[in-house]
Amino acid sequence: MRTKRIKAIKFGLLSPKEIRKMSAAKVITADTYGEDGFPIETGLVNQRLGVIDPGLRCKTCGGRMGECPGHFGHIELAAPVIHVGYAKLIHKILSATCRRCGRLLLSETVKKEYLAKIEELRDKQADISAVVKQVFKEAAKNEVCMYCGDNFSIDIEDLEEELNNNKSSVGSELRERIEDRGFSVSKSAVLRREIDPERLFCWGDVPGRDSKKLKEFLAHDFELTWVKKANISKKEDNTVVISAGNKSVELSLSSRRDRVKLDLGEGRSYELPVKRDGVNLFVHNYRWVITDTDKIYILKMGWDKLHVYCGERQRQIKYEKPTTYREIEEDGGERRLMPTDVRERLERIPDEDVEVLGIDPRSARPEWMVLTVLPVPPVTARPSITLESGQRSEDDLTHKLVDIIRINQRFMENRDAGAPQLIIEDLWELLQYHVNTYFDNEIQGIPPARHRSGRPLKTLAQRLKGKEGRFRGSLSGKRVNFSARTVISPDPDIDIDEVGVPVDVAKELTITVTVTERNIEMIRALVRNGKNHPGANYVRRPDGKRLKLTETNYETLAAGLDVGWKVERHLMDGDIVLFNRQPSLHRLSIMAHYVRVMPGRTFRLNPAVCPPYNADYDGDEMNLHVLQTEEARAEAKILMEVQRNIISPRFGRPIVGGIHDYITGLFILTWGDKRFSKEEALDVLRNIDIDDLGEPAGIADDGSPYWTGKQIFSVILPGNLNLEFRGKVCRKCTERGLVCQKEDCPVEAYVHIENGRLISGVIDEMAMGSFKGMIIDRIYRKLGSSATKEFISKASRLAINYILQAGFSFGISDEDIPKEARVQIRNEVIREAEERVKRLIMAYDSEELEALPGRTLEETLELLIMQELGHARDEAGEIAGKYLGMENPGVLMARSGARGSILNLTQMAACVGQQSVRGERIMRGYHGRTLPHFKPGDRSADARGFVRSSFKDGLSPTEYFFHAMGGREALVDTAVRTSQSGYFQRRLINALQDLEVKYDGTVRETRDTVVQFVYGEDGVDPSKSVGGKSVDIDEILREEIGVSA
Amino acid sequence: MKKGKVSILEHELVPLHKVMPEQEVTELLKRYKIKKEQLPKIKTSDPVIKEIKAKEGDVVEITRNSRTAGKFLSYRLVTK
Repeated sequence: MRTKRIKAIKFGLLSPKEIRKMSAAKVITADTYGEDGFPIETGLVNQRLGVIDPGLRCKTCGGRMGECPGHFGHIELAAPVIHVGYAKLIHKILSATCRRCGRLLLSETVKKEYLAKIEELRDKQADISAVVKQVFKEAAKNEVCMYCGDNFSIDIEDLEEELNNNKSSVGSELRERIEDRGFSVSKSAVLRREIDPERLFCWGDVPGRDSKKLKEFLAHDFELTWVKKANISKKEDNTVVISAGNKSVELSLSSRRDRVKLDLGEGRSYELPVKRDGVNLFVHNYRWVITDTDKIYILKMGWDKLHVYCGERQRQIKYEKPTTYREIEEDGGERRLMPTDVRERLERIPDEDVEVLGIDPRSARPEWMVLTVLPVPPVTARPSITLESGQRSEDDLTHKLVDIIRINQRFMENRDAGAPQLIIEDLWELLQYHVNTYFDNEIQGIPPARHRSGRPLKTLAQRLKGKEGRFRGSLSGKRVNFSARTVISPDPDIDIDEVGVPVDVAKELTITVTVTERNIEMIRALVRNGKNHPGANYVRRPDGKRLKLTETNYETLAAGLDVGWKVERHLMDGDIVLFNRQPSLHRLSIMAHYVRVMPGRTFRLNPAVCPPYNADYDGDEMNLHVLQTEEARAEAKILMEVQRNIISPRFGRPIVGGIHDYITGLFILTWGDKRFSKEEALDVLRNIDIDDLGEPAGIADDGSPYWTGKQIFSVILPGNLNLEFRGKVCRKCTERGLVCQKEDCPVEAYVHIENGRLISGVIDEMAMGSFKGMIIDRIYRKLGSSATKEFISKASRLAINYILQAGFSFGISDEDIPKEARVQIRNEVIREAEERVKRLIMAYDSEELEALPGRTLEETLELLIMQELGHARDEAGEIAGKYLGMENPGVLMARSGARGSILNLTQMAACVGQQSVRGERIMRGYHGRTLPHFKPGDRSADARGFVRSSFKDGLSPTEYFFHAMGGREALVDTAVRTSQSGYFQRRLINALQDLEVKYDGTVRETRDTVVQFVYGEDGVDPSKSVGGKSVDIDEILREEIGVSA
Repeated sequence: MKKGKVSILEHELVPLHKVMPEQEVTELLKRYKIKKEQLPKIKTSDPVIKEIKAKEGDVVEITRNSRTAGKFLSYRLVTK
């Protein structure tokens, strides 16, 4: 296969030109099929837009269905409309650019800086959005354009000279004002004070106290701005006209004392608020703005130059969801900007300014965000379906496009007929609505477009968004062939790396094999079998023709089979497949198994592999995938086989191992001194491949030899295994200051294996269980994965054989304890505890109780009561435990770690104990009490959720209620936890999925930036570690010098 | 530093940060065959960076206690 590398991905906007260019047809009819039943020539299912009917040919490319990918068409919109997806961005752009000249409202130097920053970030492939955001923010702050209008600059020195020479009050006042602000007009001062040269500032109040000063001031200004000479004349109505060349400014002090009216001919005028002593100034941050007429002068101090900007004054633009813009007028009124206005403004923005906004003007001009032409997707993207009644049902997108065209046509008709502005605007609005909902039908603030039935339409955004959308639903997740799913059930007689596949499934799933000289006879037999199980479904001849096997052609095809043919044969024993259970939280959720075809309808799974999948048999379903290429099979074999994943990559200990009855079975087999005759021993080992039973342990009274349970277990142990450890049943003598009796341990907790013989100890969870499994761990490390697999498989058969033969059950009577014990629990332990609780409450009531450090009195009381009652339950459990020994199956399971805990047994046999909600005794319910059965303020044990009964005895109604409260909380907690941790996991995976451990041991992300200098800081792969550590020092010492640490 | 204030560098949870000399930085970059920008980053606003007065562009060596490896060295580029 030829591979190509993606160098870059570029996103951009479609220009109207491009839309027209790629269009195969202009659509003008708001309909699909004509009365004759044929597609309308200019309609929406135009035959030039692609074919969806079999047998027809595309009028654009001539392709048949399946060959022709479909072609875009277009609709010429009667008036421009805003593209909803870009509405927010349009608002930002409008606010950041000049309303007159379209330039970005930043000075050239600032623009250059930002542009450099953006380019630098682009080089680093870093995110530019933060910079762009700042550009928008800064630009929108500028109220005056520095590009349009008469800008000029003068040397500060010149200005200074002029100001010095000019003895007029204006000059000195001007200077004063500047100096008042802490600035100096001299260059050195500017330097000294480190004034940011880019900062704008301006003179203070215009000396407008009287018209003379105003005149002088402006005259001065004019000289700088326009011409050297200005004509100034005063009119009788207290207005001053200043003219130079063809420009003139008329200033008048209006009758209202606080306003001055400024005129700039051409009928344009402004009224400005006036401070008592002059024309008001707009003060903005560090820049000062003098206003006259519609020109605004900003003075900007450069290092040696004074810049005067006289550009357009900007107005605020309001954005109303979803697609309306309003400009706030000077007088506070609002004017709606129609899409045409918006488009004109966007068109004026020069390319170089567009780049500062982080947009590439070659692939996305801002005005393209306002649509003038609408692309019509090919019919293949919106296929109609034919109902049983023969009626055609169109896709939602087609419906929406019909709406758009209909309104578009109406708009044109009305406009051509010269309809009133109001009607035109309404239609324009309607067209905008339809285009909006065509893109996204879940926009806030507008009602969704609905189908005739009232169902909201699924338009473009809905197709892409969310879990079922195109990205998450169709691209990241697809349905696959060669897969099967069914319920799982246990089978301890198959190996741990096998999976039992129902015959029905095996007949459906196939593997394609190429016929060679060496396999032709075998395959011929399969083809001859046809549909019967070890058979085949299809044969493919070298010419590519695929033939289905039917009862009539088995023999002919089998006979005609030749080298080079391909046969899709059934799944057979020994084929490698992937087996998976959701949620796939870690890599062990998908492992490779070998097929065992068997009758039945469920997948069979050895219970020892339940832990990695977190599976049980209460109705769990699992998926199976058949690998289709030799490469995939090799990869699965090397990386994904169950035996290669026995050690968990999470904690470096075996995750595969015995559960439940496996542990029980091996426990009772190896526990105590069980004797087996030769026949009995071989019966237990019947389906385990063994060579030698070993020497019998002794001769029974009747003269026949016998073997012990430990010997039988030793048979499946590898011959060279040496191991010593303390099992689950260990009573931790050393921790209690006693001496460990090792091999002579009274509870047989000391497991000693020498040369593959179990010398002492009983096999329990610690030896064989998943997560712990000391024996499994050792075999894996010493003898490798295959030996471990063999061992676990054999152990599972042995355990089940024996437990089957010995029999093991647990019933309600196993929770029985003698009457005297029940009386003791009830009348002594619990009553005394309740008595103590009562005394605590009395002490609290009489204020004799001492608060514990950091706790309130109430908290102290609760804590002490909880302690007391918890203690009471444990004590009850202990009493019950005295009567329930290892002969009790419940105790046996709990002790050996097969299932359940001593606490479970206590609750069943002795006392359920305190129920809690939010870690406290139950407090909620009525005011001051939990239930109406109690007096308000009752803090006693039974009023706050202490369950004195055992499950066996049954709970009283109030106890039952409290127990249900605690139970509900536990239920809710697990539900909340699973959903939350699921989401955390998703986010974590998204964040970490591209990290890679490189050959130098560093962890790096896609840009080769280092994340960790040594993987895990110690460079250890946990799946190759010993419980997370790279070396097991104790073991090495024991092995090399025989010292146990 | 204000009187009575404790330097955060002395806190047990704050690992040792050290500004690396130019030569060591070059060696480090050579060792991992990377450019400075490919190092993990630490902000100039980071309290420790402020405390040890490292500047933008400096590389700091961080000696941390590690659960898996005892002591572990990490390097970070000081950025804005």
